[in-house]
Amino acid sequence: MKLTLKIWRQSGPNDKGQIVTYPIDNIEGDMSFLDMMDVLNEELIVKGEDPVAFDHDCREGICGMCSLFINGEAHGPDRAITTCQLHMRKFSDGETIYIEPWRAKAFPVIKDLVVDRGALDRVMASGGFVSVNTSGNTVDANAIPISKIDADKAFEAATCIGCGACVASCVNASAMLFVSAKVSQLALLPQGKVEATERVLNMVRTMDEEGFGNCTNTGACAVECPKEISLDNIARMNREYFKAMLTSE
Amino acid sequence: MSILDSKIPSGELNQKWSSYKDHIRLVNPANKRNIDIIVVGTGLAGGSASAALAELGYNVKAFCFQDSPRRAHSIAAQGGINAAKNYQGDGDSVFRLFYDTVKGGDYRAREANVYRLAEVSASIIDQCVAQGVPFAREYGGLLDNRSFGGSQVSRTFYAKGQTGQQLLLGAYSAMSRQIGKGKIQMYNRHEMLDLVIVDGKARGIIARNLVTGSLERFSAHAVVIASGGYGNVFYLSTNAMGSNVTAAWKVHKKGAFFANPCYTQIHPTCIPVSGDHQSKLTLMSESLRNDGRIWVPKNLEDSKAIREGRMKPTDISEEERDYYLERRYPAFGNLVPRDVASRAAKERCDAGFGVNATGEAVYLDFASAIERYGREKVRMNHDGEASMETIMDLGTEVVKAKYGNLFQMYYKIVDQDPYKTPMMIYPAVHYTMGGVWVDYNLMTTITGCYATGEANFSDHGANRLGASALMQGLADGYFVLPYTIADYLADDIRTGKISTDLPEFVQTEADVKAGIDRLMNIKGTKTVDHFHKRLGKIMWDKVGMARNAEGLNWAITEIQKLREEFYSNVRIPGTVDSFNPELDKANRVCDFLELGELMAKDALNRTESCGGHFREESQTEEGEAKRNDKDFAYVAAWEYTGKPSEAILHKEDLVFDKVKLVERNYK
Repeated sequence: MKLTLKIWRQSGPNDKGQIVTYPIDNIEGDMSFLDMMDVLNEELIVKGEDPVAFDHDCREGICGMCSLFINGEAHGPDRAITTCQLHMRKFSDGETIYIEPWRAKAFPVIKDLVVDRGALDRVMASGGFVSVNTSGNTVDANAIPISKIDADKAFEAATCIGCGACVASCVNASAMLFVSAKVSQLALLPQGKVEATERVLNMVRTMDEEGFGNCTNTGACAVECPKEISLDNIARMNREYFKAMLTSE
Repeated sequence: MSILDSKIPSGELNQKWSSYKDHIRLVNPANKRNIDIIVVGTGLAGGSASAALAELGYNVKAFCFQDSPRRAHSIAAQGGINAAKNYQGDGDSVFRLFYDTVKGGDYRAREANVYRLAEVSASIIDQCVAQGVPFAREYGGLLDNRSFGGSQVSRTFYAKGQTGQQLLLGAYSAMSRQIGKGKIQMYNRHEMLDLVIVDGKARGIIARNLVTGSLERFSAHAVVIASGGYGNVFYLSTNAMGSNVTAAWKVHKKGAFFANPCYTQIHPTCIPVSGDHQSKLTLMSESLRNDGRIWVPKNLEDSKAIREGRMKPTDISEEERDYYLERRYPAFGNLVPRDVASRAAKERCDAGFGVNATGEAVYLDFASAIERYGREKVRMNHDGEASMETIMDLGTEVVKAKYGNLFQMYYKIVDQDPYKTPMMIYPAVHYTMGGVWVDYNLMTTITGCYATGEANFSDHGANRLGASALMQGLADGYFVLPYTIADYLADDIRTGKISTDLPEFVQTEADVKAGIDRLMNIKGTKTVDHFHKRLGKIMWDKVGMARNAEGLNWAITEIQKLREEFYSNVRIPGTVDSFNPELDKANRVCDFLELGELMAKDALNRTESCGGHFREESQTEEGEAKRNDKDFAYVAAWEYTGKPSEAILHKEDLVFDKVKLVERNYK
């Protein structure tokens, strides 16, 4: 098929950036969206032009590195997948496709479609862990039974891949779904309970400092989340947060 | 005489590690604060090592080329992690896990290392649970296990089909805690491009900042390479796009021996290649072979008709199908080990029976499993007589509950419904058992330079069992390296900060810069991927699932020619001092172009068949792999001397005290 690509080009953080049009031909339905981007870049390199920079790595939907905003949706038109799992058969011959980076104050553009998501790592470093040293002397793994229901819920929250689609989809560029997924995972497990109060306060504070917006319950994040992280996690984090506000020293 | 000293402690096998730990030197907490350690790579091996070392008090500098340590490719591991917990009471023990691993590796791994691995495996599970890793549990709240290829017990812990993700996020969270404390300095989007050696010791690295393009110097008292495997030398593999051999190869070129490069694991159940533009292959978990039956048509004409779209697999009657694994290996059937299943698929496709447009695919069929489960359901529901449609619907539900996410992944990629038509699968490169040679301490042949996880060669011999890669990565990082590195660093408590202004740093940086300038100045006509794809094709055709002397010699010549062409005609756009992913790729591909040749050379030297390495000249009359213990029970460790073709072979003889060497038979 033949397509018209309208791609955001920005040479660096301080460049204003603009949409540039690239026609592309001979695209097959079996190709993944990123295979298509590879084809475009090969053509650009041979022509002596600058290839389009985009982030990607595992290309099987789990590393969370790929991050394209396609036709106004994070990870494109399909549901429950990342950009690398999107296939060209979802588009039709002659279509125009708009490709932009994640847009959020907390995610400055590095080049073209590549943004800096370091803010998410900094939120994690402020509390997204259980403070246990590596020793080989922790209690036996079966010493603390955990109900299957809680373990499964914790697992579902823990499947977040940290791609930032929730932030990119949110009208406020809020990171609530991302932060709440980690807060929920650890709040649901006995191992995480000891530090629950400080954890939620620290992570929310860092989230605000990093310039993420507030949550106004539009739910767009959960719709676009490639791992279908539930809005329940945001509700759980809010409960944890209020509880922490009332009980912290 | 060999110059390799594996430093295996004396004593009984089951006492070696504990008595060794009791006697090695320690570094006291106040002195640890004055010692820096560089860790390259943040997957299970590097992430766990960084976290554990920082917790102990060392200053860690950790590096990854991705935008966050959480993205390392350990994240993509599906199946699980083995541990000798014996929670199921089914007779598992440290010794059995050790034995299965040595046997699974076709008797080409070191007994002492593998025993230690089995010994620390139980602590890994305890540690991960303490970190909040949500492993699968039973209704009683205890941990669940499943079984995996190559063992007769259920010792695999898992988190749905995302075990690697959950373990890596556990290590990442432990790292995050230390990053927050300032004990780990994290360098994202940095790629190590060379090792700096001062007075014979590894003392730092030169890394390229992939955002700004600048070369940066980092010093430390020890350097740990945890950069993963080299499967991407084949271009198409289940590895991530950025997975590379560069860090491991650079230390090899600086003096670290590279061991058993020819041992690569080709996984039998991957989604086949669909066309020339494909960049990446996707694995379908080994667990599918529990219920799927593998077949191709019996008649060449039928295969041809399917390839040309004139026939559908469902048009072919039971009698006209060749369930070739069940036919060749009645005892193990569809559950033969990975290497055997892969070779059998290739054999059928080479003979013309392949079933997709490229002729490189076989069927993995769930119809009989769906029917079997459906009939079971009918019996359990007391439904009496049920229509075939009802049976198949009920059976589909059962299969969906077991493998739903994999079937959905298949559907998204191939656009065919595997509940209705058989899956198409073909083997793909998945893991590399070979790697940087290390002694019992995980130190390479360069003093102070360590290698852990898939980057080293030590634990899997010639073939890795399922669910053992995650175990090894975490064992090395959490429970082995933190002890063994102290013994070395005990000499460094008075060394103090190492200056990056030393002439060795200046010189190494200049060398790296010259290498990059050389690449940028070629200004040829072909892209980096063009060369990478051609290298991949040579490797896959001649250094892949089956190898012979003629093909390997041809591959060596072709790779040499390709390398020359690369250095005269590659085109890298952009500039040195900017964000330039094409330059990053070129830096990696030039190392693959050297490694590929060494792999062929190693495969040529090893005229036996063992594990993932199959030499066509060494097979039984029935076409099975034939090992040669008399001549090849050794680790082939290669020393770099300027060119891969001139690498010198050093042999580390493998001595087996506890395990008797026997032929693997799955008939």
